[in-house]
Amino acid sequence: MLSAAAQNPRPLLQRGGRKFNLQKCRRSRHFYHSVQAVSSFYPQSETLSSPSSSSEILTIRKSLLSRERKAVEIAQNYLNRLRSTEPQIRSFLHISQNVMSEAEQIDRKIERNEELGPLAGVLIGVKDNICTVDMPSTGGSRILENYRPTFDATAVRKLRECGAIIVGKTNMDEFGMGSTTENSGFQVTANPWNAERVPGGSSGGSAAAVSARQCVASLGSDTGGSVRQPAAFCGVVGMKPTYGRVSRYGLMAYASSLDVIGCFGSSVADAAILLEAIAGHDRFDATSSKREVPEFTSQLEAAEFLDSKPLKGLRVGVISETLGDGVDSGIVSSIQAAASHLEELGCTVKEVNMPSFSLGLPAYYILASCESSSNLSRYDGIRYGNQIAAEELTSLYGACRANGFGSEVKMRILMGTYALSAGYYDAYYKRAQQVRTLVQKNLKATLTENDVLISPAAPSPAYRMGEKKNDPLAMYAGDIMTVNVNLAGIPALVVPCGFSEVGPSGLPIGLQIIGAAFDEAKLFKVGHIFERTLQRCRFVPPLVDKDV
Amino acid sequence: MIMASICSRVVFSRSLLLCPSAFLTRRNGALFCTMQSSGTQTVTKGEMSKTPMEALPRKQTKVHEGMLKDYEAVIGIETHVQLSTLTKAFCSCPYMYGSQPNSTICPVCMGLPGALPVLNSKVIEFAVKVGLALNCELSLNSKFDRKQYFYPDLPKGYQISQFDIPIARNGFVDLDLPIEFGGGHRRFGITRVHMEEDAGKLLHSENGTGSQERTFFYKLSPGLGSNMKCFAMVTEFAVASFQYFDSIVDFNRAGVPLLEIVSEPDIRSGLEAAEYAAEIQRLVRYLGVSNGNMQEGSLRCDVNVSVRPIGQLEFGTKVEIKNMNSFSAMHRAIDFEISRQAVLHNEGQVDEIVQETRLWDEGAQRTITMRTKEGLADYRYFPEPDLPEVSLTREYVDKISASLPELPEMKRRRYEKMGLSMQDVLFLANDVNVCNFFDAAVEKGADVKMAANWIMGDIAAYLKNERFCINEIKLTPEELAELISSIKNGIISGKIGKEILLELVAKGGTVKAIIEEKDLITDPVEIEKMVEEVIAENPKQLEQYREGKTRLQGFFAGQVMKASKGKANPVLLNKILLEKLNANS
Ligand SMILES: [Zn+2]
Repeated sequence: MLSAAAQNPRPLLQRGGRKFNLQKCRRSRHFYHSVQAVSSFYPQSETLSSPSSSSEILTIRKSLLSRERKAVEIAQNYLNRLRSTEPQIRSFLHISQNVMSEAEQIDRKIERNEELGPLAGVLIGVKDNICTVDMPSTGGSRILENYRPTFDATAVRKLRECGAIIVGKTNMDEFGMGSTTENSGFQVTANPWNAERVPGGSSGGSAAAVSARQCVASLGSDTGGSVRQPAAFCGVVGMKPTYGRVSRYGLMAYASSLDVIGCFGSSVADAAILLEAIAGHDRFDATSSKREVPEFTSQLEAAEFLDSKPLKGLRVGVISETLGDGVDSGIVSSIQAAASHLEELGCTVKEVNMPSFSLGLPAYYILASCESSSNLSRYDGIRYGNQIAAEELTSLYGACRANGFGSEVKMRILMGTYALSAGYYDAYYKRAQQVRTLVQKNLKATLTENDVLISPAAPSPAYRMGEKKNDPLAMYAGDIMTVNVNLAGIPALVVPCGFSEVGPSGLPIGLQIIGAAFDEAKLFKVGHIFERTLQRCRFVPPLVDKDV
Repeated sequence: MIMASICSRVVFSRSLLLCPSAFLTRRNGALFCTMQSSGTQTVTKGEMSKTPMEALPRKQTKVHEGMLKDYEAVIGIETHVQLSTLTKAFCSCPYMYGSQPNSTICPVCMGLPGALPVLNSKVIEFAVKVGLALNCELSLNSKFDRKQYFYPDLPKGYQISQFDIPIARNGFVDLDLPIEFGGGHRRFGITRVHMEEDAGKLLHSENGTGSQERTFFYKLSPGLGSNMKCFAMVTEFAVASFQYFDSIVDFNRAGVPLLEIVSEPDIRSGLEAAEYAAEIQRLVRYLGVSNGNMQEGSLRCDVNVSVRPIGQLEFGTKVEIKNMNSFSAMHRAIDFEISRQAVLHNEGQVDEIVQETRLWDEGAQRTITMRTKEGLADYRYFPEPDLPEVSLTREYVDKISASLPELPEMKRRRYEKMGLSMQDVLFLANDVNVCNFFDAAVEKGADVKMAANWIMGDIAAYLKNERFCINEIKLTPEELAELISSIKNGIISGKIGKEILLELVAKGGTVKAIIEEKDLITDPVEIEKMVEEVIAENPKQLEQYREGKTRLQGFFAGQVMKASKGKANPVLLNKILLEKLNANS
């Protein structure tokens, strides 16, 4: 067994003690469609008592297909946990009324032996900036309080087509602007590992919900790290796909050229299953890629199959700039340990330099602010959202936007408006675009010499609540690990790799694995093997551990 | 912004008028040969008398003629052409002028959160056509940009447009001025052509409270699709909660594709400006990319006018004029504005010419200040990140180029070579449907000049009376050719020809069948009999004729025709008559 015995979080990787179950099992390209394949894939898995890194989605599928459990039981189990933990975590802005009835429908399908979608009975949380037709979608903003979209986002529609149950809408920094979820217009979400800590942001609700097992998996969005940083803070897996891999249709735009919908799961396999479900070209998003979506999950090998050097020959570059000044020593040692772990798995690990690394952050904040100042213009109170009575048009706009937007959003609109103004465009926007091209070239070149790059997902573990609230620059600096990936439009996976300290006060640390454009499959493979061979780390927060 | 209030004016003054035809009649009196095509076609007779088309500009220019010769006007025109694509520029909504407000809208053109634009490839095709037709250089790699400003008719808070890399630039357009104004050929430069989307329209509610307090919202029509139902719930709540309102936003037009065509400041008079706009209208109609209808707002012109003393190199202060709903209004508005500015120059009050936007007041026949600019608006353009760059291949452009129809200028030059007068050339080439009709008739063997005369005469008169377009009539070009050759060959008289034409136009059929139906006498024996009878009945006249009064032949011919009730073949009649009259001398 891998790490099922570990009850407490452990700070360090245990090296060399891997045992592989060499029991032969059938490989199937569509392994998750077949009960036999599932059971041989995870022969040891017992519902909800399996190691934190096993696929919860596959476990659910197996138990439904074998009729071990009913969808309503599974749904009830999650809803119960959601209700008991929500008063502390507050990760949801809205909870669906239809969870149980949708679960009943799945049970009826099973009774009638109808075909089940790959996500049948899987409870999924959806970030509140992703439109859902049956629930309000506010983007975490008061300006859209009670706003109910007329359409499902493409990603949501695809999840539903796969049988998923959308459990609710998760809290976030208003329109994605923030790194702690404290900028939500509605509530503050707590980190399930420590209620005095933030879950990260802006997809903090989605990360916290998966971490606290309030739902099986969730969707977030990543403009500058908004999936990866909260994944790291909450000890879950977070996938930021290649720009254009997932349709943005129905995602409330923050910075259109950087935004991408991403996935959270408690295992790499779950994130992969989710991405496979939502990825692909969409005729409603002109920037979505026509590139074929590989079967990510079929390329993940059972841990039992692994030979002693499953990643033999894989070239891993450690970005040296990400382990320098300003990065917590606990983070640095965790990433170094992860690097050694990868080396033991057969990788050739070396340090790489990325001279443009530090340029990315200011360029990102200029570009994201510019685009957001434009994208948020539509929130004018004319066609939807709250309208404030006013004497004339200009004051109507003023009143609606002054009342509806929070201070961080206003600040970024101001910054973006300023940077795009006549006379400043060249100095800011244009220059930032040049830096972006530089970062793109730099990362592309580095990724031809290396199969993947690794770095921390954040320079520190989860911040204390309020810690960065009055220091926006410090808050922005926290995004330094993630923004370059968005500027380059490439994919990155965050996998929990350790803890900040030994004992119950330890906070999770995330390893960011960066790949070339559309090379998500490689990231999943590396992440999966890393996760399955990671010893003595159990990324289930104490809050729910007894229950899970 | 300004556009919106103008449009609402347009809507209220014109919304009840139908626009059935693209072709109007021939010159009504004197002015504006080309202006008829859209200027007056939709105006009912009653209204026509209310808005005198003639007189004013002439009178006005006369007043200042002496003074005006010391000054030169510099005019540039921005023309917005609404493209007649089946769907809007970035979504799949249709657009039909005059639809119930907010009946053709969707999340994309309403700018709902999360909705994204996807470019309709027809927009590119039409833009390339217009770019080529205007002799422009095309940008094989262009892009869309966002033009940002707030207004209730602009759903996203920005307009998707093109800024620094328009799809086409550096072109020109050739045109011929009407003979009535002295004629002449002109070439005006085209600075650029770019693609953009239209905004919605503000409708000012007539049962408004009259309060200064304004709240903007849109009203949903009951026929909306189910996916708009939830939306309706939200907004009905909003509507119900408002106490004061006097404006409704109609988003049907939001997202409709436009081409903005910017001219060089090469234009020097109201006439040239009106003719330039008319040529743009002809061009887009020839290309089939727009109906070019000014009343519906499918063709809108914003005109920049400045005046400078002749010989001065730098431009005078530029004034923008809006709200001209016809070419004739453009002509008059610009000439008025030129006079106004020239007078101020002349009287040493150049400072009174300020950079501003002026509206053409059709009732008062003058321009009035709409707003003075407090500096330049900053639209904060930046590249539209939701749309990929627009890349055209050489092959694509060449294919479109090869498929272009014969354009107005080429038509005019060809007609000229066919021997038609400039007056005829301008009339025929004004309307692509008329051209097609004329060309088809000529191809079927019709005499060029006669075909032109019939089309410009009786056919045009009929079209005017019935308010039809030439392709709505029952007469085919083949039958026109047949009619012309029947007259030419003496089978029928011109008078009978006219009768037959009117029948063909209204009821259709063939020339041959109508001749038969009319029982026309083409039998020489029968005609001979009638000739002999008439000669016998008029011995006195016969005598006079034979004494040398040969013009009495006409008298005899008339009598025979009268006897045949107009049905005798005139050529045969005259031939036989001459033989008989001269028989014994
Ligand atoms: Zn639409």
